[in-house]
Amino acid sequence: MGNSRWPFVTAGLGLALLVWGSVWGLFYAPREVYMGDVQRIMYVHVPTAWNAMLVLTFAFACAVLSLLRGGWGWDARLEAAVEGGVVLSALLCTQGSIWARPTWGVWWDWDPRLTTTAVLLFAFAGILALRGFVDDPVKRAVWTAVAVVIAYVDVPLVYFSVRWWNSLHQLQSTPETVSRAFHWPLRINAFGVLFLMIGLVELRARLAWQRRAAESAPPLPSGVAVATGRL
Amino acid sequence: MERPGARDAGRGAGRERSRLSGFLAALRKDLLLQWRTRAQFVAVFVFGATALLLFSFAIGPDAAALRQHSAGFLWLGLLLSSTLALADSFESEVQHRALEGLLLLPADPRALYYGKALANVLQLTVLGVGLVPVIVVLYDAFTARIPALLAIIVLGAAGLSAPGTLYSAMTAQMRARNTLLPLLLFPLVVPALLAAVKSTSLLILGDPMGQLTSWVALLVAFDAVYWSLCGLVFERVVED
Amino acid sequence: MATLAVETRGLSRRYGRRWALADVSLEVPAGSVTMLAGRNGSGKSTLLRVLATALRADHGEALVLGHDVRRERDAVRLKVALLAHQSFLYEALTARENLQVAASFLGRDAEGALLERVGLGTRADDPVASFSAGMRKRLSLARVLLQQAELVLLDEPYGELDPPGFALLDGVIGELRQRGATVVMATHLVDRGRLLCDRALLLEEGRLAWSGPAREMPAEAPGGSAHA
Repeated sequence: MGNSRWPFVTAGLGLALLVWGSVWGLFYAPREVYMGDVQRIMYVHVPTAWNAMLVLTFAFACAVLSLLRGGWGWDARLEAAVEGGVVLSALLCTQGSIWARPTWGVWWDWDPRLTTTAVLLFAFAGILALRGFVDDPVKRAVWTAVAVVIAYVDVPLVYFSVRWWNSLHQLQSTPETVSRAFHWPLRINAFGVLFLMIGLVELRARLAWQRRAAESAPPLPSGVAVATGRL
Repeated sequence: MERPGARDAGRGAGRERSRLSGFLAALRKDLLLQWRTRAQFVAVFVFGATALLLFSFAIGPDAAALRQHSAGFLWLGLLLSSTLALADSFESEVQHRALEGLLLLPADPRALYYGKALANVLQLTVLGVGLVPVIVVLYDAFTARIPALLAIIVLGAAGLSAPGTLYSAMTAQMRARNTLLPLLLFPLVVPALLAAVKSTSLLILGDPMGQLTSWVALLVAFDAVYWSLCGLVFERVVED
Repeated sequence: MATLAVETRGLSRRYGRRWALADVSLEVPAGSVTMLAGRNGSGKSTLLRVLATALRADHGEALVLGHDVRRERDAVRLKVALLAHQSFLYEALTARENLQVAASFLGRDAEGALLERVGLGTRADDPVASFSAGMRKRLSLARVLLQQAELVLLDEPYGELDPPGFALLDGVIGELRQRGATVVMATHLVDRGRLLCDRALLLEEGRLAWSGPAREMPAEAPGGSAHA
């Protein structure tokens, strides 16, 4: 994997955007009429939700490529993407609770999207645990790729099942629409989180790549087995 | 540092032998193994029944509440027992590398998967059917629609068995296998669990709005997706 | 025209930080009986498992009976039988049933005579769980014979056997040779090997240290006459 500095630049840019968008949305954007200041969490919650789905989709792509093509690069990115997905999912659940408590008086409102996220959180955290228990790097790569594919395919099924299950109870789900005037902080934050995640995932993937190198045997001295270090 | 190529085509000669005969051979082998280890199965059943008893202690002796939640208890009990049954199903395969021995004959990995998964469906169905009298007695949860109930138990068992067989093949080869199997399986089978619970609940408590078909359809969709997907990837999980 | 049953070039396989097989290039003539010698941990089992396609090599190539182990795995498996350290048996099933299971995947019937042949006639219907190590070895041997393979790989077959078992194994190897099959046998019993085998290969720390006629196997090969 490369050594260039672009992930730092991207992450830095992302962080800057995130600060800008958050400050704008949390302090300066107009107050929402019905829900009040609590609604401001949307400026962080919605971008997090979009990016969580994006990162997990990226993880799925890495898994498929890892199974079809081999090579350590896709496995390293898979590890990074799954970790990123777990972090964002955990954040989403936390944000959801923070919104639900003042609004409904409960910490969890069983909103279908949030509940799906919670299930995803456990599924992908389990996959990280799986990674920790497999010693052989090749098996680890194959098995976690298989597990990610299986978990990702489940997402629509989980979502629909939870939505039907919850449809009888009419608790208002987390507001999906934000009035037009408020779009800018949202978009800025969305890109902020996106760039931040791209940078962080790439850095984390490099770390995974280096760990793979450290736990693999050095190339044979006869020179027959050449380490290609292919990305 | 290089990782071997992800997939090498090893097909051809060995797969002439019809897939069906391989599948039947695998199914026969797995049913025979289940029959031989039926004492373990009885223990799993007792575990499931005990779990159902404990659930009622958690709710309290409120007959109405117990009946209300009986479907959930049944499927939770079945889910918990399934991890034991599924883990057992691969114990004999890895003990002396018997599964590897079959693969080397050669045997088609897909046939081995479907044989094992189907045998597991059978075992989980028997388990489920066995637990029904327990919920009838403990929770006063009865339904006259026996064929429908049986169908739902079979479909739910199939939903647990497809990913469960795949993951137990994986975890049987690892340490911490007893923790990892439920950890991986439980989040995954949420749709099947929800669908099975709702369907069973509608049978027991009544279905005024005719929702049963939708839930059964979801269960069938889950089964269709995972029976095809897991069969496809099984080879990657058991071959080096 | 395959006059070589096995041909490898630069075969390598690692476990973690260690190369279990390192750049192994060897040949096994068809129809021969070859001894594979070497200390514990020298890579004998790994080599046999790679040839049987139970393991994948990290680098290098191997042709078994003209088929590439990587690309034509099933074709190799059809023609090769492996007698490994692990017995490939189901504890809960009887000896007869274990053979029947294997036979059902091979598309043929298990002949009861096989169990007689390996000295398990009287224990055919006992569960394997009740078998001693030597009896399991005999059953695994029966399973190998069932496969009617062209290349038979034996990983320390004399390991758990008693003296009659030794004689049985010698007899089996003789029959295989007569049938035209190729045998590669990993063993510590170098003296026995010198008598039984045509050729010998010596592995040391994953590398091929010596190859040649079995009679000329170096006397100071490790694991010399530990067993009579």
